[in-house]
Amino acid sequence: MPLDESREPQGELPKEIILNVLRYRPGADEKPVPQSYRVPFTADMSVLQALQYVKDHVDGSLTFRWSCRMAICGSCGMMINGEPRLACMTFLREFPEGTVEVEALRNFPIERDLVVTVADFVRKIASIYPYLIPKTPRSLAEGEYLQTPAELARYEPFSDCINCMLCYAACPQFAENPDFIGPGAMALLQRYNGDSRDGGSARRMELVHGENGAWSCTAVGYCSEVCPKAVDPANAVNQNKTRSALDFFLRWLPGGSR
Amino acid sequence: MSAPRPYTRPIDPQWWARPPYLAYTVREAAGAAIALYALILLWGVIALARGAAAYEAWLGFLRSPLSLLLHVILLAAMLLHVWTWFRIMPKTMPRLVIGGQYVPQARITAGGLAVAAAGFIVVLLLALWVRP
Repeated sequence: MPLDESREPQGELPKEIILNVLRYRPGADEKPVPQSYRVPFTADMSVLQALQYVKDHVDGSLTFRWSCRMAICGSCGMMINGEPRLACMTFLREFPEGTVEVEALRNFPIERDLVVTVADFVRKIASIYPYLIPKTPRSLAEGEYLQTPAELARYEPFSDCINCMLCYAACPQFAENPDFIGPGAMALLQRYNGDSRDGGSARRMELVHGENGAWSCTAVGYCSEVCPKAVDPANAVNQNKTRSALDFFLRWLPGGSR
Repeated sequence: MSAPRPYTRPIDPQWWARPPYLAYTVREAAGAAIALYALILLWGVIALARGAAAYEAWLGFLRSPLSLLLHVILLAAMLLHVWTWFRIMPKTMPRLVIGGQYVPQARITAGGLAVAAAGFIVVLLLALWVRP
């Protein structure tokens, strides 16, 4: 999500912010329960820093994932005031009203507090053959596979995905059908299918054609809106519907794919 | 160590009626309105085939206040549908690269809307031209 000017603060900021965190401690809680924390803040503090303040000074049991603090590792995705966002990329100054609601990423089972289960997503990423399958084998002596800037432009943004899963939290179809391969994995699939050096498209299309492939998508488009890296997963999924429909009809022609 | 017990939150059954999904729901509902309008036109064609009396009855329905109100709503739905349809169109295409340059999605949308506007004007002029 690009920096949004409208989110910048208006007027004087409060000195303290109330962080309402939906907590879940397996073994202790039957279901998630909200807990409030008061956090002193400065204009340059992110939601992630507020959580770290709580963990360091108030309640060491608060659990959340984080690593890079600069929107590249994709670990700190969570629901912030109901929107899927990266905690490191969301600043407390956006909330001059003085309260922030924080909850684990929607559409995923909660392991503990703000930590969700990622196993299913990792399995999907692995299932799409996430590597180049060369069209024609080349020996080292023949040199590298070449690509023009125009060929790169056809898939480049799909390679910017950081696996933060915000798009999955944005997707109502993934909520209804957790087996849907989903926007993130489909963006990665398109990153390879759209690469001029790749020859593994037929294999990946088997995943696209299925009930849990592109056809589970209804083009809501919110996945692309919440993407912090402008990957546009909705484009990856929806261009594969066109491709899948084409493959369906082309199979009756000699030499048709599928 | 106790076994992990992941908690699965229930799905909000009214998700489609709330932002940010409401815009999507309205877009899809506009598609149903277009289908209704197509049925009204189809009814006209069938009435024409069945003779003058049936056709007059259809024209009579079109002139009724209820039909006029319905058509105002259908026109609004049509305009919304055109707008949202061309906004989603670039998402359904491979990334367009012309002359080595990526064509931004907003430009594809603008092109589609321009074609639709030209179509509206042509149909309007045709209608005025054939008017008795």
